[in-house]
Amino acid sequence: MPAPSPSSPPSSGSRSSLRELLRQGALVERHRPWPRAVVDASLWQTAGELLSGESSSLLALWGEPSAVHLSFFDQNSGEAGVMSLPCSGGTFPSIGRLHPPASRLERAIRDLFGLSAQESLDSRPWLDHGTWEARFPLGIAPRPAESVSYAFLPAEGEELHQVPVGPVHAGIIEPGHFRFTAAGETVVRLEERLGYVHRGIEKLLLGAEIDRGAELAGRVSGDTTAAYSTAFALAVEAAAGLESPPLAHWLRALCVEIERIANHLGDVGAICNDAAFPRIQAFCALLREKLLRAADECFGHRLMMDRIVPGGIRVLPQAETLRRLRELSKEIALSLPEIVQVYENTPSLQDRVVGTGRLSRELAKEYSCGGVIGRASGRLFDARRNLGYPPYPNLRFSIPVLEEGDVDARVSIRIREIEQSLGLIEQIIDGLPEGPANAPLSREQAASGEGVALVEGFRGDIFVSVRFDEKGRIARCHFRDPSWFQWPLLEAAIYGNIIADFPLCNKSFNCSYAGHDL
Amino acid sequence: MTSDSQIPSSPRPRRPTLFGLLRSGLPEAPPPVDEKHLRELGRRVEERARSRLGRSLALRLVDAGSCNGCELELHALQNPFYDLERFGLRFVASPRHADVLLVTGPVTRNMREALERTYHAIPDPKWVVAVGDCAATGGLFSGNYACIGAAASVVPVDLAIPGCPPRPRELLAGLLALLESAKKPAHS
Repeated sequence: MPAPSPSSPPSSGSRSSLRELLRQGALVERHRPWPRAVVDASLWQTAGELLSGESSSLLALWGEPSAVHLSFFDQNSGEAGVMSLPCSGGTFPSIGRLHPPASRLERAIRDLFGLSAQESLDSRPWLDHGTWEARFPLGIAPRPAESVSYAFLPAEGEELHQVPVGPVHAGIIEPGHFRFTAAGETVVRLEERLGYVHRGIEKLLLGAEIDRGAELAGRVSGDTTAAYSTAFALAVEAAAGLESPPLAHWLRALCVEIERIANHLGDVGAICNDAAFPRIQAFCALLREKLLRAADECFGHRLMMDRIVPGGIRVLPQAETLRRLRELSKEIALSLPEIVQVYENTPSLQDRVVGTGRLSRELAKEYSCGGVIGRASGRLFDARRNLGYPPYPNLRFSIPVLEEGDVDARVSIRIREIEQSLGLIEQIIDGLPEGPANAPLSREQAASGEGVALVEGFRGDIFVSVRFDEKGRIARCHFRDPSWFQWPLLEAAIYGNIIADFPLCNKSFNCSYAGHDL
Repeated sequence: MTSDSQIPSSPRPRRPTLFGLLRSGLPEAPPPVDEKHLRELGRRVEERARSRLGRSLALRLVDAGSCNGCELELHALQNPFYDLERFGLRFVASPRHADVLLVTGPVTRNMREALERTYHAIPDPKWVVAVGDCAATGGLFSGNYACIGAAASVVPVDLAIPGCPPRPRELLAGLLALLESAKKPAHS
């Protein structure tokens, strides 16, 4: 380990911030809108120490063939940044050793690029199950595939038993493996194993044109296609130094809010269904279906896939379809109190959700846990507000927060967020600016540019980083799904609950498999 | 859905309520069965299977690398608009109870074994439906280090329902075609 340079702050007990650390590195010219700096191993290590402190959040940690990057959000200053560490020797100082939320990200970096985190606490593979065409498929030197043996973490004690679940689950859901260790019915350990739906999206992005990049971005997680497409578009536009027209921003936000409501409705219904109350699910599913049909009318696709592109938006909704969407939004708003009334006054339902799957405020904070899960455990963060991208600074909405951190709190936050998003839909439709919805974006403009974006999808903040080569093709693009910082917390939330309550806990988290596995 | 003009006796605009779903005019009429699907399937279904199964099929889904888009639309089939079960089609938890395997996604290498094992766990006679562009052709992900591609390269596929994702009506039309072909005598 190189000694800290004289300008480095002392590593522990320091009041310095990550943004200050960034100033000590070598600033990269064409990275927007946040600064990026190349740092040395000592600054990198100090960053790891600061991340475990009070005022910083880890946004992303990702690799390249011979470098690793780390993005952070500094709560005190409200600023974000990216630092990069060249690692020509194939290793880098582990952040996960100092800040556990980074651990799975480091395992993924190792699987994809062959770069190892020194002194990491967990060196098992993560995405690589030994079935790919090659090991380290994105690294400098891919190697022949070899079988992977995977040891689950032990749990020892008398009369403990294991329950393996998945990757194929009973319902219509995504695949993943859950290994429960239980004492009787009580879960003493849950360990997740993911990676089953790893499609290698980041490899497909290497050398891709912007259009193909947008297509892939829209399929990282199909349930969040509008938010992912928006994040990708904002990152590309930042790299090109362009701003899309105001109308594009407003219509993108319309899509993302529709998406948020549709998913929250689905989740509220599914949670109640898992607590043996299918009536609310039928009702939520009905409202969701109406909303998807309205989205189809407005944008020509029920999930609004491939509508949002760098430069703007492809489809302009007709005034009449927007009017009907606004009507529907009112109808949903009128229906919500009825859902709440039944939800809160059904003792069997309350019995299942209140106090179940509690996630502590401390863990939510440590893991920079975004979205509903974080906000149900007292973490007030919303990319729409904290990093205020257009059009949200021009719109009125509140961000509901609760402290309880149980299944009930996650249901309640979702219902309140539906209310807020319905209000946003009305404001957006009433306030749509004039002008074009598209500003053509050429590969020449993007050439050699680098951009990042953080967009609030229905699960939480989605991070996208993109860098273009000198010909305007994608040299590297990384997506960090909010689920990366939520999946590990499900393991904590289920602790001490009974196995039968796992579906409730899992649905109330509703983490993404596809978005996580990429 | 329900408009005032259709219900002249109702003076006020009506919205469905949690306790009033029955009056909402749901589910909707089913989509017409696609002749193309029928022809494609007819030749695959044997006489014996038809007499055994009658007009009912149990479905088991395996997501083999989907983005979750197809799953959302398969879910929608169970909402009050489409009400899949009225056609004798229902999703079951165990492959042992299934007649039809639905596959989504570009079959990731990490899901190959789970897909094969699920297929083999389904008793004969059985059918496989590739749902969505990824399962039908591999979609955007063909030829990547982590994907095998079309479901047909791993399990024998009887019917593909294209779309990204297919709309619920398209899914329903495809599944009804499967049901019809399992009911009628085989086309030659």
